[in-house]
Amino acid sequence: MIQEVKYLTVSMILFLLGIWGIFLNRKNIIIMLMSIELMLLAVNLNLLVFSVCLDDMMGQIFALLVLTVAAAESAIGLAILVVYYRIRGTIAVEFIHLMKG
Amino acid sequence: MTIETVLFSLFSSIALISGLMVIRAKNPIHSVLFLILVFCNVSGLLVLLGVEFFAMIFLVVYVGAIAVLFLFVVMMLNIQIAEMQENVLRYLPVGGMVGLIFLLEIFLVIENDLIPVFQLTDSTAHSALNFEMFVNKIQSIPNIEAIGQILYTHSFYFFILASLILLVAMIGAIVLTMHKTTLVKRQEVFKQNAIDFAKTIHKIRSAQE
Repeated sequence: MIQEVKYLTVSMILFLLGIWGIFLNRKNIIIMLMSIELMLLAVNLNLLVFSVCLDDMMGQIFALLVLTVAAAESAIGLAILVVYYRIRGTIAVEFIHLMKG
Repeated sequence: MTIETVLFSLFSSIALISGLMVIRAKNPIHSVLFLILVFCNVSGLLVLLGVEFFAMIFLVVYVGAIAVLFLFVVMMLNIQIAEMQENVLRYLPVGGMVGLIFLLEIFLVIENDLIPVFQLTDSTAHSALNFEMFVNKIQSIPNIEAIGQILYTHSFYFFILASLILLVAMIGAIVLTMHKTTLVKRQEVFKQNAIDFAKTIHKIRSAQE
């Protein structure tokens, strides 16, 4: 068990890097999407580590599902980004206030 | 200091430094390339962990699909590099506080016996996570074979659900990015099929005979 704690620490620090990437890079939406990918990667690594150390295969099945959702999310997000750039001509985050939220 | 420890240290340190460089790089292209480096090193970690099928899947899906998609979009869009690095320290207190709170929560949720750094109580004997690796004692089948035996029989519902998610994502991306222009002549299938023979073929010179 003490050997899997190292992997858990790595995945936890990767998740924290993803959160910091979203909080510190408020200007660039592509880096924010990449931070989301980093967080999903860390979650996947966490699922796989617990699947190995608890000897349960459902963690790996769930990691496969998370991988699918990550691929779908990045495809849809980048498609929305391309459409937004075609309409507005910029992808700067501070100009995205069409919904007046 | 076995070879596995050395490889773990190498892979994890390169992955963490590259992850830091993903969120701190000025150029988004460098950021995507560091993201690819993170994915490759995490897949090396998975090989060390013994889940070799997922290591290959991470390489194929993350590096081959997601990172290449990011690289394509970054190179296709025109992004100004210089103006995105201003005002960094403005969000540093909020981000740092959220990070520290999250770290504290993780340390509270995972018990002290999991983290050897802050080991306060000697409670590793009755830890709930001390499992025996029964797989090594009975038989050893490869990882991909074990996943296949479960994925196609017991949890086929998740498999079909994943395929539906991918189908929805594919159709959504195509519908979002399809550009309707008036210059290009498109094939109109319904209109072509609805054409009647009697209405389109006319007898013009019938009065001459």
